[in-house]
Amino acid sequence: MSDFAIELKGIDKRFGAVHANKNINLQVAKGTIHGIIGENGAGKSTLMSILYGFYQADSGEIFISGQKANIKDSKAAISAGIGMVHQHFMLVENFSVLENIMLGAEESAILTKGITKARAELKRLEEQYEMEVDPDAIIEELPVGVQQRVEILKAIYRKADILILDEPTGVLTPAEADHLFRILAQLKEQGKTVILITHKLREIMAITDEVSVMRRGEMVATRKTSETSVEELAELMVGRRVLLHVEKGEANPGEVKLSVRNLTVRDSRGVTMVDNVSFDVRAGEIVGIAGVAGNGQSELLEAIAGMRSATSGTVTLSGQPVDVTGPGDPAAMRRRGLAHVPEDRHHTGLVLKFEEAENAMLGYHGDRKFGQSFLLDVEAIRKDAMEKIEQYDIRPPNPRLKTANFSGGNQQKIVLAREMERNPDVLIIGQPTRGVDVGAIEFIHKRIIEMRDQGKAILLVSVELDEIRSLSDRIIVMFAGRIAGERNPDASEGELGLLMAGVEQKLEAAQ
Amino acid sequence: MSTPFAKLPGWVEYALIPLVNLAVAFLVAGIVVVFVGENPLEAARIMITGAFGSGEGIGFTLYYATYFILTGLSVAVAFHAGLFNIGAEGQAYVGGIGVAAACLTFDSTMPWYLVFVLASLGSMLFGALWALIPAWLQAYRGSHIVITTIMFNYIASNLMLYMLLNVFKPLGQMAAQSRTFEAGGQLPKLDWLLSIFGLDIGGAPFNFSFLVALVAAFVVWVLIWRTRLGYEMRTMGFQPHAARFAGMKSKRIVVIAMLISGALAGLMALNPIMGDQYRIQQDFVTGAGFVGIAVALMGRSHPVGIVLAAILFGMLYQGGAELSFDMPEITRDMIVVIQGLVILFAGALEHMFRPAITAFFARAGKSRSEAAAGV
Repeated sequence: MSDFAIELKGIDKRFGAVHANKNINLQVAKGTIHGIIGENGAGKSTLMSILYGFYQADSGEIFISGQKANIKDSKAAISAGIGMVHQHFMLVENFSVLENIMLGAEESAILTKGITKARAELKRLEEQYEMEVDPDAIIEELPVGVQQRVEILKAIYRKADILILDEPTGVLTPAEADHLFRILAQLKEQGKTVILITHKLREIMAITDEVSVMRRGEMVATRKTSETSVEELAELMVGRRVLLHVEKGEANPGEVKLSVRNLTVRDSRGVTMVDNVSFDVRAGEIVGIAGVAGNGQSELLEAIAGMRSATSGTVTLSGQPVDVTGPGDPAAMRRRGLAHVPEDRHHTGLVLKFEEAENAMLGYHGDRKFGQSFLLDVEAIRKDAMEKIEQYDIRPPNPRLKTANFSGGNQQKIVLAREMERNPDVLIIGQPTRGVDVGAIEFIHKRIIEMRDQGKAILLVSVELDEIRSLSDRIIVMFAGRIAGERNPDASEGELGLLMAGVEQKLEAAQ
Repeated sequence: MSTPFAKLPGWVEYALIPLVNLAVAFLVAGIVVVFVGENPLEAARIMITGAFGSGEGIGFTLYYATYFILTGLSVAVAFHAGLFNIGAEGQAYVGGIGVAAACLTFDSTMPWYLVFVLASLGSMLFGALWALIPAWLQAYRGSHIVITTIMFNYIASNLMLYMLLNVFKPLGQMAAQSRTFEAGGQLPKLDWLLSIFGLDIGGAPFNFSFLVALVAAFVVWVLIWRTRLGYEMRTMGFQPHAARFAGMKSKRIVVIAMLISGALAGLMALNPIMGDQYRIQQDFVTGAGFVGIAVALMGRSHPVGIVLAAILFGMLYQGGAELSFDMPEITRDMIVVIQGLVILFAGALEHMFRPAITAFFARAGKSRSEAAAGV
């Protein structure tokens, strides 16, 4: 028997001109937690997809527990003992936990017998790995952290010895992430092998035994976690030294530029998403809104930007009231000096099928400089885009390239360049660095601080607590649509984490 | 998790894949012909010479193509705004009112080029009006445009029968059609255009509308890729949420896109009414509105692609007519089957061979770069 759960030898994969994996060698020791880090587009996902049978390698060999394996589809991966927990869960939302776990492993057409067996097996697994879930709960009613536990149980139920987790903490609160790490440690103790794909260096340091770094399709280094540092890993990922801490001076807040009072937003089903929220943002300060995704931050941003109508409340922009309960007019808000970097650049901030230059004017396409009449001046549009490309170092520097062909970081720069170069008074930014590589994060954070120092009022929403803490001058925590509290940026992560989980609110309610 | 993808060269995307689809369509059609008991190669020869072998054949082919260019553009404009207009058939039919009204009123008092201007405007107006109600229902009431435009095809059919019998039909006549227009209601033939190439148009009804269709194709190109409205329409079509973000008035764009789509379909009525029959008669659209959907799909909603696809379908119509004449075993219905196969492979199954072709070029690209590296 080999000591390696997984051994990859010379894995090579191309997609047309893109060389996604270059001669990858990787050894993952049995019963360890092995981290794989790398920037977006470094080839991590491709490599894991090859291991899980979504793609076939052009050349190279895979050994599972010393045996050469031919993984031609995910069924073969499962029978080789590999389980995968995807970033976006593969669960049927209106099925129960038990039904989801059985799905695809029912064993016969008549379910009754299988259900009894599965229930017993699930109970045993829960006890063995200390992962309590109610087998009859409906998935969509469960918190995200528990849904993820179901995904893990699903893999173990299928007798996975090797578990691959793809960016597992992106959707979790700090407390839920800690719980996940305890589960992973438990799995390791029971002899399972875990591969953790992430871009969060702190997680790597906290939980893994070994870590491999990928850059531009190559495996550049493997280190024992105990013998490396965050700085070294960041440098390996990017290929140069990176500044992990944002350098910023004292804020110099001026007059109130954006004022929100008693804002309430209900979604189309009538569910209250933003509940009586009030706050101010002053010129020259960054107000960060922390919170787990789905606690009303998105709806708050959209209501302020005019994309969604509020049920009640008032918003004042540079001293002038805004009609937030009306149908909403994002174009009018732009004219009044509000710029909006939306949370989801793929569906909202950009049209991926457009050329870069076409996206560089989205929302401002009515400007005279893009054409005097109803006709567009294509030359002027491309020239304007090229200027932004140069200022923001967007790569490749080609305004005619389809936007989908840019990396996440460069796509985000396209959005930021468009919104920041309008010289707005108020800038609202959602998830500025989601899916953005380390090098670009540094650049984006610098630009945001620069905007603040130029006297812009900035409202920042992010699910990355680190980002909120390092950029904000004040932090507002949202939970279940309400403001759970306001803190200074030097508040401890634990304190913010409790607010994010709504713990303090529950305590207050109990008193 | 990001998915790496490969981009195909332009000529593969826009030429090779459509040609492969077309070849497969003809291959399957050939098998059908074999089952009927005829020689498929002979059938193909008859079809191609029927469509392109003579000045008259070419004239007919381009006459049919004129229909399909305009309905194809109509469908494509709506496509760009993310709308599936199935109603070009009805819009073209109702557009006939505009042409007929202009011709019947002014055909003996005005020259053809003035009547033509009025007839064009009239046809576009009525076509647009017929698209307005489904458009409004979609934008402001959320009724799905596919359903409403299909329904409006039936309403158009009955409305037009009423119009033909009660408004346009001269007294004492039995057929549901108007009187024949005088010289002012007749568009000139394009015999001079074919004679440049030394071809004789013969009896083909190839007329001025063809040039109108080509101009419309250019105007649509400008509209979609060079105007603010076109930019907003494409944003809507690709990503409605981004259109909302950009502050575009989505409801207004839905209505405007459908008005333009309806106007283009309506314009098609010029070709048969003022260019060929010189009268309005029942069912003059003959399914061109539906063929327009296939033409728009095959032409990838690009005016150049649409003109080429329309000529292909013109060939199928003209060559098919010749074929059913020369090969009695191949009935008119068989021709429809062959046209259906082309629509199936070129339109509906457009992406069937894409993965294989992508894989082929990925391999070719790899071996090329390896050769370059001296491996």
